[in-house]
Amino acid sequence: MPGSPPAGQPVGEPPEPGQSGVLRIERLEVTYGRTVRALRGVGLTVAGGSVVALLGANGAGKSTLLRAVSGTLRLHGGAVTGGTVRYDGRVLDGADPVTAVRSGVVQVPEGRRVFGGMSVEENLRAGRLGLAGGLRRGRGSDAAGARAARERVYGLFPRLAERSGQRAGLLSGGEQQMLAIGRALMAAPRLLLLDEPSLGLAPMMVERIAEVVRDIHAQGTSVLLVEQNAAMALALADYAYVLEVGEVRLEGPAGELARTDEVSRLYLGEAGEADTAAGADAERSAG
Amino acid sequence: MSTAFDILLNGVALGSVYALVALGFVIIFKASGVMNFAHGSLLLLGGYLTAVLHERLGFYAALALAVLATALVAGAVDLILLRRLDPHATHVLTILTIGVDIALMTDLTRRIGGDLLSLGDPWGGSVSTFGGSTVPHTRIASIVVSLLVIGAVFAAFRFTAWGLSLRAAAEDREAAALMGIRLHRIRTLAWCLAGALAALAAVFLVAFPAPGLERTTGEIALKAFPAAILGGMTSPPGALLGSLLIGVTEALVAGYEAELSALGGGFGDVAPYAVMLLVLLARPNGLLGEKEAIRV
Ligand SMILES: Nc1ncnc2c1ncn2[C@@H]1O[C@H](COP(=O)(O)OP(=O)(O)OP(=O)(O)O)[C@@H](O)[C@H]1O
Ligand SMILES: [Mg+2]
Repeated sequence: MPGSPPAGQPVGEPPEPGQSGVLRIERLEVTYGRTVRALRGVGLTVAGGSVVALLGANGAGKSTLLRAVSGTLRLHGGAVTGGTVRYDGRVLDGADPVTAVRSGVVQVPEGRRVFGGMSVEENLRAGRLGLAGGLRRGRGSDAAGARAARERVYGLFPRLAERSGQRAGLLSGGEQQMLAIGRALMAAPRLLLLDEPSLGLAPMMVERIAEVVRDIHAQGTSVLLVEQNAAMALALADYAYVLEVGEVRLEGPAGELARTDEVSRLYLGEAGEADTAAGADAERSAG
Repeated sequence: MSTAFDILLNGVALGSVYALVALGFVIIFKASGVMNFAHGSLLLLGGYLTAVLHERLGFYAALALAVLATALVAGAVDLILLRRLDPHATHVLTILTIGVDIALMTDLTRRIGGDLLSLGDPWGGSVSTFGGSTVPHTRIASIVVSLLVIGAVFAAFRFTAWGLSLRAAAEDREAAALMGIRLHRIRTLAWCLAGALAALAAVFLVAFPAPGLERTTGEIALKAFPAAILGGMTSPPGALLGSLLIGVTEALVAGYEAELSALGGGFGDVAPYAVMLLVLLARPNGLLGEKEAIRV
């Protein structure tokens, strides 16, 4: 049902006028285990209703930034040691994952991480477990919201509807990625955080994922898209950031960024692997 | 003389009680990755509370209170002790449960002393006769109650938010957290449920024809332990199957004691472990275990 906004919006403080659904990250610093500084003063904004790409090499800190937003740093022994993360004016840094989910921000983790022993249908049900009411929620009270969310997911991924009773662990890699995205959509997020959804997928499937991101965006959900596949990400995004060793190295409208020498050389595959690595090193020592 | 029917019934009845205990093991393990060595003393606590309360309150109220109290104590173990520590250090947490077991067991042993306590269950020593077999009502009650309770727990796994949360968290903590599942709360509730099951199991373990509750009753958990392991440790149906296997084995050993005397007098106590070893030799992950049954 394209166009219809997701049902069951989490309740929150009234958004400040003119900046509804904005993710604003300022001077964010994240440290793992007291010593590893993974982010050093990162600023990033996702305007309501936009798609923002976050690019960067391995270890640049992309996943770390998503974890800081979704409140899962602690599970990795990390913590926000400076700066702020706000969504719709609500403080998310230092908050737990439940706060993020209920504020309407849901992350799809790197590597899909579907619940392999559970059926597709159960995975989708699990996607709603964090919404208000939690364990006390009756089975009937949010049935309408659940139905609407499920219909939306099955509309986006007819493949999942066909396999709803199958164990998720038996799905193909691409189907698992769709399930991971579908599971996150079950919570009716207003902002979806995607961590390398194209990782390990064949070009056809990458194209399919790109379509899905477009559809999700068209349905009114903002997307923060972390990718190493810069070509795909820049084609989808309105705005993009390039992260390097924990700092924002470049940012700008996606179209402009794609035309810059640096990005095309480093991320759009217009140089060999070895050159890419050497180039990155050179940039780093220069900066 | 026991007939094959008697032996089977005894075995299934025993197995159904072990299943209550083994299911608790599995639930705790799934939720926290911890082997709960304090399970035996939780069981003893439940039995002891029923024993001291039933004269004043009547059996059912005493049992309800004992189940509740044991659930709370189990939940408190998680809340007060385990939650403070790193959830990944499951070996440390497991050893901590041994400490809890010693503390609880020491206190209960002191209270029970050399006594043999009755739990005041309504079935007493009553029996029925079916085609030449004498069947204690306690056996029937244990099978029926275990079946109902285990059925309810299985339904909870499938259909309730808690059950789904527990399974999700057991599979992937981080993915579950990203869904907004409260890992701590799910885990504490799992401990409570396991404690409640242990307290209930105590009733049937010490009912007729067993003599009553004694300070060694908690050691029964040592038999449910192999049942849980041979079932695969993370699989509730596996625990059920393992418990029945152990129960029937034990009944068989008791039924053919004379014939088995060549193996030595205490074979009944060893039998559960012998069965566990045999099963694990054939299926290293247990009967229904996943490939990586032991979480790392
Ligand atoms: N749990 C952790 N403990 C310690 N250091 C970590 C942890 N997770 C990540 N790091 C470090 O933080 C830095 C950023 O890691 P992060 O996973 O955010 O990178 P990334 O951009 O997502 O990389 P990739 O593209 O490989 O997923 C790296 O230097 C990494 O080694
Ligand atoms: Mg990453």
